[in-house]
Amino acid sequence: MPDHDLSEALRLRVAEAAATETALRIVGSGSKQFYGNHCAGEPLAMHAHAGIVDYEPGELVITARSGTKVLDIEKQLAAHRQMLAWDPPRFGPQATIGGAIATGLSGPRRAYTGAARDYVLGVTVVTGRGEIQAFGGRVIKNVAGFDVSRLMTGALGTLGVILDVSLKVLPLPECEMTLVFPCDVSTAIGQMNQLARHPGLSGTSHYDGQMYIRFSGSTHSVQAASAAAGGVVVSDADVPWERLREQTHPFFADDGRVLWRLSLAPATPPLPLPGDWLIEWGGAQRWLKSNTEATAVRAAAERHGGHATAFRYQPDAVGAFHPLSPPAARLHRRLKECFDPVAILNRGRLYAL
Amino acid sequence: MDKAHQSRFFAALRRVIPSRLILVAEHERAVYECDGLAVYRQPPLAVVLPETVAQVQDVVRLARDYEMPVVPRGAGTGLSGGALPCAEGILLVLAKLNRVLGVDPINRTATVEPGVRNLQVSEAAAPYGLFYAPDPSSQIACTIGGNIAENAGGVHCLKYGLTVHNVQSLVWINADGERLCSGGSGLDGPGLDIASLLIGSEGLLGVVVEATVRLLPRPAETAVILAGFAELAPAAEAVAAIIATGVIPAGLEMMDNLAIRAAEDYCAPGYPVDAAAILLIELDGDAGEIEAQTECVARVLRRLDVTTFVVARDEARRRCLWAGRKAAFAAVGRLAPDYYCMDGTIPRARLAYVLAEIQNLSRHYRLPVANVFHAGDGNLHPLILFDGNQPDELRRALDFGGRILELCVAVGGSITGEHGVGVEKLDQMCTQFAPKVLTQFHGIKAAFDPGRMLNPGKAVPSLARCAEFGMMHVHSGQLPFPDIERF
Ligand SMILES: Cc1cc2nc3c(=O)[nH]c(=O)nc-3n(C[C@H](O)[C@H](O)[C@H](O)COP(=O)(O)OP(=O)(O)OC[C@H]3O[C@@H](n4cnc5c(N)ncnc54)[C@H](O)[C@@H]3O)c2cc1C
Repeated sequence: MPDHDLSEALRLRVAEAAATETALRIVGSGSKQFYGNHCAGEPLAMHAHAGIVDYEPGELVITARSGTKVLDIEKQLAAHRQMLAWDPPRFGPQATIGGAIATGLSGPRRAYTGAARDYVLGVTVVTGRGEIQAFGGRVIKNVAGFDVSRLMTGALGTLGVILDVSLKVLPLPECEMTLVFPCDVSTAIGQMNQLARHPGLSGTSHYDGQMYIRFSGSTHSVQAASAAAGGVVVSDADVPWERLREQTHPFFADDGRVLWRLSLAPATPPLPLPGDWLIEWGGAQRWLKSNTEATAVRAAAERHGGHATAFRYQPDAVGAFHPLSPPAARLHRRLKECFDPVAILNRGRLYAL
Repeated sequence: MDKAHQSRFFAALRRVIPSRLILVAEHERAVYECDGLAVYRQPPLAVVLPETVAQVQDVVRLARDYEMPVVPRGAGTGLSGGALPCAEGILLVLAKLNRVLGVDPINRTATVEPGVRNLQVSEAAAPYGLFYAPDPSSQIACTIGGNIAENAGGVHCLKYGLTVHNVQSLVWINADGERLCSGGSGLDGPGLDIASLLIGSEGLLGVVVEATVRLLPRPAETAVILAGFAELAPAAEAVAAIIATGVIPAGLEMMDNLAIRAAEDYCAPGYPVDAAAILLIELDGDAGEIEAQTECVARVLRRLDVTTFVVARDEARRRCLWAGRKAAFAAVGRLAPDYYCMDGTIPRARLAYVLAEIQNLSRHYRLPVANVFHAGDGNLHPLILFDGNQPDELRRALDFGGRILELCVAVGGSITGEHGVGVEKLDQMCTQFAPKVLTQFHGIKAAFDPGRMLNPGKAVPSLARCAEFGMMHVHSGQLPFPDIERF
């Protein structure tokens, strides 16, 4: 795969924008444009800054330019029987790794193998000052300096334009098996959290009276775990994980209601909010389709120590992200200022600060 | 700082925290003059030992108002001088905040105060078949607060991650004395990932007063493989080769001959004393998985001419094999009056090269070195042996250590994997990071702590210091050992 390094050109664009105080809107492939708050600005296209810079399977580390397609990276890794273990949602075949890291979203495996941020070893960014800065590195342990690589993950491009990322990768499991159980949501939540004691559990979901679970690992252990769990084995064509990860599952279709994402302690009992629910991550990630008041959704999440994101289809008046406490908001503002003093990068996409 | 200002501060301090929790007598302060890196010593102006979070807040607020530096401290086992006191500041010891607030077996979390010792968390989780994965060798003594501040690791981090991967949320006090919560009851929190910045920030950004950590189910079974090699190089090669097969061991540790013999003399774990190096490889899972993985590892080891190959399955034998590794620092410590423990990380593929270079440096500095380390993580712990009472040996040991860290950076690694920068590695930070990145770090520090009162002078060097350090390198005529090529 050829390496197209546009770092310097991108840096110049940002430096110019900083000098003229021109807002920039960072665009990978646009697959996750819906996510976060609306932000205006000249588009800064990243897709041409693409290529795998370094991949050493024995080190379990890959470094790629941010415009590289997630699919291309996954293809490379699969050739060496490795994977991106947080199942980055692509939401489109052109999705870039920069967008995956900037949104910090994770797929079905997340509850069991860790989130996007857990796999980011290093990033190179252009700050809002138009400076290229490298944080972290390519080694799996590194406590020198503040962990800016993780900070950039999920920052939605508000602190820097990601140029390159180094990611830890994991071996593909030798075997996977998905089982389905008919049950109601309370039973499912209880079951999922019981099953989480099995180290091979790698996916859980509940929707419309069906609980799906997945085991990963050696053939022997997957078979043993599946036999012990009971349930009906699901054929490869019917496993739900890709449809959940990509939100192509019919639940996620636009039907005029807001799609909420609630992040809660997994064993939290079902919340009394009107709407349809789809549960993932053993109960730690809950999707709600509802037109209930935003404040009611957020209050319900908060009562259980969690937070709620208006993920898709929300009206502009509803802020995408859960409001911050005053000291946390102040800290966010100061961090923004220290990376992007004139606020040109994805202004307002995370919070209006 | 003038005395009148100090006495006003202490008068105010006594109003918010009982006098018995404030230590000002010289002999009491002396107890706290250093952490685990005893070559740096400095008693603080006073030691404060709060018993409640509200007291922590009050102390931080007062310190801000009186512009008094605050150095947080847990158990003081840190190995980079992170908890070294400031002469003109207070040492905020969090050891009395030591309650396990709760274990939630269904959600698999534990909520603890910062002064809880690392091992206590796993002990509290054990009745539920759960454990807390990060297990530093110092786990009987070190605190969760200190672990968070250093992003501590342990022998099981290869598979189960470092502290940062196992902390779910933090309650912390900012430089204004306000209480914040970062993270959530679920697997993430709203907004920027502030908890990730706090973890590994060495007490520069805030004071952690509560942590909710993730607990993992105990694996069904465990096996430990002891593999001995006649040469260092194939042992080093085996590390990357095992991981390249797709097996992720729960632990993958290496010891060289000096460390092997020291451990064998100390507690007779049954290591081959004539081996140039051993690997300890822990595999866990169910019986079938362990069998398959053992076979896979054995194939790699045979190809690399392993000379000793022992598989320990029963608990007693496994414990015995690990005992040598766990006691290795203490064991090596008996070989010389002093030792200096380093903590660099490198890509696994460069292990053989770096170990050979360390041997060259050892000859050059005329100081022996033992290696006991987290090989699977590429995290080196060279232990440099010296005698601080011999003229020049301490300086040689410090220079030798500095060169090892520069070597780590040169091969694409880092100057610290888990012990932190503290005061010890400030100069090497200048090697690892460009001035503009250091400036960015100072910016982050200022965003959290505009008055720069939390653990000032640690972890991130001033640019002036780097300029001075750079001079030393540039003017090679003045280098201590100009005949060695620079990395
Ligand atoms: C024999 C030995 C073996 C060791 N093995 C390992 C190992 O295997 N892995 C490893 O990672 N480390 C190891 N260490 C190093 C050390 O134990 C760890 O760094 C540990 O995390 C320090 O914890 P502590 O409570 O002693 O912290 P301290 O030494 O008291 O403090 C360390 C740092 O944390 C800050 N701090 C402490 N508490 C707080 C708080 N509540 N809020 C904010 N900041 C705080 C301090 O300011 C300081 O910068 C070892 C040390 C020894 C002596």
